[in-house]
Amino acid sequence: MPIEVISVDGLSFQYNAVDVLTDISFDLGEGGYIGLVGPNGSGKTTLIKLLLGFIQPAKGAVRLFGADPAGFRDWHKIGYLPQKIVSFNPNFPATVKEIVALGLLSRKKFSKMPGKSDEPALSHAMELMDITNIKNKLIGELSGGQQQRALIAKAIVSEPELLILDEPTTAIDPETREKFFSILKELNEQKRVTIIIITHDTGTIGKYASKLLYLDKKVIFYGSFESFCTSGEMSDYFGEYSQHLICHRHDALNRR
Amino acid sequence: MNIFDFLSHGFIQKALIAGSFIAVLCSTLGVFLVLRRLSLIGDGLAHVTFGSIALGLFLKSSPVYVAVPVVMLSSLGIMKLTKKARLYGDAAIGIVSSLGIAGGVLLASIAGGFNVDLFSYLFGNILSISVEEVAASIVLSVMLIAVIIFFYQELLSITFDEESAKASGINTERINSILVIFTALTVVLAMKMVGIMLVSALLIIPSITALQMAKSFKSTMILASVAGVMSVVLGICISFAADLPTGATIVLLNILFFIAAFIYKTLKS
Repeated sequence: MPIEVISVDGLSFQYNAVDVLTDISFDLGEGGYIGLVGPNGSGKTTLIKLLLGFIQPAKGAVRLFGADPAGFRDWHKIGYLPQKIVSFNPNFPATVKEIVALGLLSRKKFSKMPGKSDEPALSHAMELMDITNIKNKLIGELSGGQQQRALIAKAIVSEPELLILDEPTTAIDPETREKFFSILKELNEQKRVTIIIITHDTGTIGKYASKLLYLDKKVIFYGSFESFCTSGEMSDYFGEYSQHLICHRHDALNRR
Repeated sequence: MNIFDFLSHGFIQKALIAGSFIAVLCSTLGVFLVLRRLSLIGDGLAHVTFGSIALGLFLKSSPVYVAVPVVMLSSLGIMKLTKKARLYGDAAIGIVSSLGIAGGVLLASIAGGFNVDLFSYLFGNILSISVEEVAASIVLSVMLIAVIIFFYQELLSITFDEESAKASGINTERINSILVIFTALTVVLAMKMVGIMLVSALLIIPSITALQMAKSFKSTMILASVAGVMSVVLGICISFAADLPTGATIVLLNILFFIAAFIYKTLKS
C-alpha cells in the first residue's frame, strides 16, 4: 500500500484557548496538487505550520511521508516557501545566488557549502524563474517580484518531492504568475511532485490544481474545482453569487 | 618615540593582539545579531555583566568567573523569553538588561556603595589586559571562526529566515544557542577592552559599516572584521600617542568608519 505524502486526521489547533482549526482531515497522495484557499484568518498558514511540525496540534495527528513531523528527518523531500519572511531585512547582504543555494541545504551532508556539482541545479532553478541575469545582485536591492522569484527558485532548486508554497504569487506580475503556474504544472505532471499551494486567487488555482481545499477554521470543501463550482452545498454556504464569483463565472451570472 | 619603541612595550603587544582577536569576534557575531534585529543583545548582556561583576565583588570571588556562567545563562534566558513568552527580542533583552543593572546596583548598595573595581569594569582598560585574557581571546576567536566555517550555510539560512531554515532540517535552537553563548563569552571578554558601557558598539558598528559596502554575505563578514580590527589597532595607537581613553577612541573611530562608508555608499548610488 503506497504511503500518503500527507495524511491529516482529526486535526485541531487552539491559540489562547480560541479554536483556530477544528477537526481537519484529508489525505494527499504522490502527485497530488491541492489549492488551499479560504478567507484571511481561516487557518491556512496554521495548517501548513502543523503539517511541517513547527507547532503542535491540540488534537489529531499529521503524517508526513508516513512519519510524525516532530521526528521527521527527510527534509530534502520538501521545498517550502513561507508566506512572508518575518525577519527579512531590506538590507540583507546576500546575493540572489547565495539565497537560492540555501534551498540545497537539506540535500547536503558535509560540507554543506555549495560546490561545483551544485552549479547545474542552481543554474536550472534560476533560469526557470528568469533570475540568472540578477544572480550576483543583493536580494535587498531587488523589487518585491524579483525577490519572490528568487525565493521560489530556492524552494524548487533541490527538486523536492513535496512543494509547500504559502502565497507564492504575491507581488508577482500576471505574466510571471502564469509562467510560474505552468512550471508547477510541469513539475506536478512530469516529475510527480506533490504540491500544496495557498492562494487567494481561487479562479487561477482552479485551472491547475487537481483538488481544492476550502478552509474556514474547518474543512468547508475538499474536492475538484469542477465539483466545487457545481456543488449545491457550496451554493448554500457561499450564496450562489459568491460561488460564481469564486469560479470566475460572473459573466454567465450577468447574462441570466 | 618611534613605532618600534611603541611596539616593544609588552602591554601594547598584548593589547594589539587581544584587541584584534576580540574585534574579529565582535564584528563577525555582530553581522548575525544586527541582521536578526538582536543588535542590543550586547548592550543587555553588558548590563548583566555589570550585575554579575557586582555579585563577584560581593561574594569576594573573581568577577570574571562569576560573570561567565551568569551572562551565558542570561543569553539563553533571552532566547527562551523570546520563544516561550512570545516576546520580541528587544523586549526580552530589556527585561534581562534591567535585571542585571538592578541586581548590580542592589548588591553594590548592600556591600556599602560602589567601589573602584566596579567602575574600572564600566569603562575598561585594554592596556591592562593579562596574558590569560590574550590567550582566551585567541582561543575564543579560533573557535568562533571554526564554528562559522562549519555552520556557515546554516547560520546564513537562519539569519535570512528561521522558518525556512527549520524546513531544511536545521536544528535552529542548537545554532541559536551556539550564537548567543559565543556572544555572551565575547561580551565578558570585550568588557576589559572598552568597558561595559561601550561593548555593544563593537558588536554593532563594524557590521553596519560593512553593510554599507557589502557585495555578498561573505564579503560583509570580511569587511566587518577589517573595520573592527582597524578601529582597535588605530584606536590603541592614537589613544596612546594622544593620551586619550582607549575604549572611547576605538568606538569613535568605528563611528568615523561608518560615516565614511555611508558617504561612499551615498556617492556611489
